[in-house]
Amino acid sequence: MFEIVRKEALNPTVMRMDIKAPLVAKKAKAGQFVILRADERGERIPLTVAGCDREVGTVTIIFQIVGGATMTLATLKEGGCVADFVGPLGTPTHIEGLKKVAVVGGGVGCAIALPVARALHEQGCEVTSIVGFRSRDLVILEDEFRAVSKHFYMMTDDGSYGEKGNVCVPLGKLLAGGEQFDEVITIGPLVMMKFVAAATKPYGIKTVASMNPIMIDGTGMCGCCRVTVGGEMKFACVDGPDFDAHLIDFDEAMKRSRTYVEFEAKAREKHCNLFKKEVE
Amino acid sequence: MPKFNMDPKKHPMPSQEPLVRNKNFKEVALGYDEATAVEEAKRCLNCKNKPCVAGCPVAVDIPAFIALVAEGKFEEAYEVIARTSSLPAVCGRVCPQETQCEGKCTRGIKGEPVGIGRLERFVADYHMAHSSAPAKKPQPNGHKVAVVGSGPAGLTCAGDLAKLGYDVTVFEALHVAGGVLVYGIPEFRLPKAIVQKEVDGLKALGVKIETDSVIGRVLTIEELKEEYGFEAVFLGTGAGLPRFMGIRGEGAKGVFSANEYLTRTNLMKAYEEGSETPILHAKKVAVVGGGNVAMDAARCAKRLGAETVYIVYRRSEAELPARREEVEHAKEEEIVFRLLTNPVEILTDADDNVTGLRCIRMELGEPDASGRRRPVEVAGSEFEMEVDCVIMALGTSPNPLIKQTTPGLATQRRGEIVADENGKTSLDGVYAGGDAVTGAATVILAMGAGKTAAKAIDEYLRSK
Ligand code: FES
Repeated sequence: MFEIVRKEALNPTVMRMDIKAPLVAKKAKAGQFVILRADERGERIPLTVAGCDREVGTVTIIFQIVGGATMTLATLKEGGCVADFVGPLGTPTHIEGLKKVAVVGGGVGCAIALPVARALHEQGCEVTSIVGFRSRDLVILEDEFRAVSKHFYMMTDDGSYGEKGNVCVPLGKLLAGGEQFDEVITIGPLVMMKFVAAATKPYGIKTVASMNPIMIDGTGMCGCCRVTVGGEMKFACVDGPDFDAHLIDFDEAMKRSRTYVEFEAKAREKHCNLFKKEVE
Repeated sequence: MPKFNMDPKKHPMPSQEPLVRNKNFKEVALGYDEATAVEEAKRCLNCKNKPCVAGCPVAVDIPAFIALVAEGKFEEAYEVIARTSSLPAVCGRVCPQETQCEGKCTRGIKGEPVGIGRLERFVADYHMAHSSAPAKKPQPNGHKVAVVGSGPAGLTCAGDLAKLGYDVTVFEALHVAGGVLVYGIPEFRLPKAIVQKEVDGLKALGVKIETDSVIGRVLTIEELKEEYGFEAVFLGTGAGLPRFMGIRGEGAKGVFSANEYLTRTNLMKAYEEGSETPILHAKKVAVVGGGNVAMDAARCAKRLGAETVYIVYRRSEAELPARREEVEHAKEEEIVFRLLTNPVEILTDADDNVTGLRCIRMELGEPDASGRRRPVEVAGSEFEMEVDCVIMALGTSPNPLIKQTTPGLATQRRGEIVADENGKTSLDGVYAGGDAVTGAATVILAMGAGKTAAKAIDEYLRSK
């Protein structure tokens, strides 16, 4: 059992939790992930580490409520426990030696982009952060990003905050203006990462995307986290989750990520009905 | 001495009816009752040279325990088995006895061998149902050993060392102990409650089990030795990444590795109403491969409601690597065998859902390196099968995690850990066994390796 030391809603559907797991906290690096189960009957949920406090021994996770399992997780209270918490899994994001990097995050993916930006900033790298959200009420972690970025761009789809448009608008402008980056690191929805990769490709700038496919064990046993990279089959939990964005087959990944949408929708409905019953 | 029973046939195993059981996840084989067990035990001739024992990877004293069964002394029989086997209820169910103990049985020369596996299972189940006496904790000897992986190799090694008084901690990556016994082998062949009881038995011996611990990531082998004071480490990390064929369409929705399909079903209990783990409820399923894992996946698919389930295998029936019994069970449950057939492409619709499998017919040519006749394609024989789910059961390559994170640990080209016949690896005090060393093999071979390594670890620590 792993204690939920702190719980906070970042926006209506995104939740932050600090979970007591000293051994994981001691080892976790930016880009790695954990797998947790809310309760004894729960699904194994993979979540990228959003930060950790080595002194107190806590790991921060930030997640969006998308289906039955994340709904169950969201109902747990501060002071309560999650049944299982395993990590750190995957290989850390390679940041050594990078001097000038653009970090491009979208939606809840920003929660994962932040520790990467922070780690880069701490090693003296010049960070340009470009973050995008659907609308103002979904914006998360703005101050945290500003604190570690030399340049910061806030985008919303509907223009209700920052500039109107998607993350590729400022990125495209920067690149067209002759801006040179050692690397572009992108974390967010698959379509967004696909377009970021397309935007950097003509300039030959190395671009890394953090994939978050369906997973079960997270240790290289089940094979469901496979991603096609440069025509080869790779396993995100052991070979990734970071891959060369110019080589990832995003179209396949997008289709695979929809394997269980129907099941998730049903689970959501069931949960909502349960909640309704509780209210009645 | 009880009189021998000279019936040339084994007492049949009472089982659920095929067309009933292929709709539920309850255990297929129901087990002998006491009277049947005693009668079957009387078929044993108690041979002096004990050929059966030589066929057992963990050298259970088979004639001795069977003689006790014949006398109705079931608890005593259990003690005999437990002297050498850590997991009798598991072995009695999943060992390929036909090629091991029973394959060597004298009665098998002129009829059917003694039902050693069935008797072992009976004795183990009898013990679980009747014994309440807590296991005697051995005198601690003050030495700490870490076991990585709680599958058959790890549990056996842990059990043997605990019996010798070692302070053993087992580290498991998943949220429950048992490894392939819980994520791979389905409930209807090996009920998870049985595995749990065997694990509880080890805990009663003093073995500590740390779940949710991925060694290599959260702690390295070196840290276990240097910081946590483990004087020896056993690596039983099992098989790893599933293999695929490299054909078009393998990334489509509705294509699974057998490991994924079985893990969703068995470990995550996707078949239970109310489970949060999704599984695809397909109508027509093709399982590619011919081993036990393929049979397990096919039989699970049937139970999850598929109307038609095919086994697609490139050689003929005689070469199927699965146990005979598993093949028979699958056939009884209306699994359809498409032999001498090899997939060349997975067909999909615009949304990337599986719609079919394009296959080519094969014929057997000259024997290959494995001694089996090599399947060769019949030119122009391609045809399509209509399916909405494809499960690849083609074996696995060893888990890369330990190799990546343990400098100095020698591995084969494909990633299997190099270990000598005693399980000793290239690192001092580090031993390994099971699928992590051999590549995908059987539960009992892994147990045998765990046992050998336990002995070697004991000798190593005594000589230190
Ligand atoms: S999650 Fe199972 S192999 Fe990656």
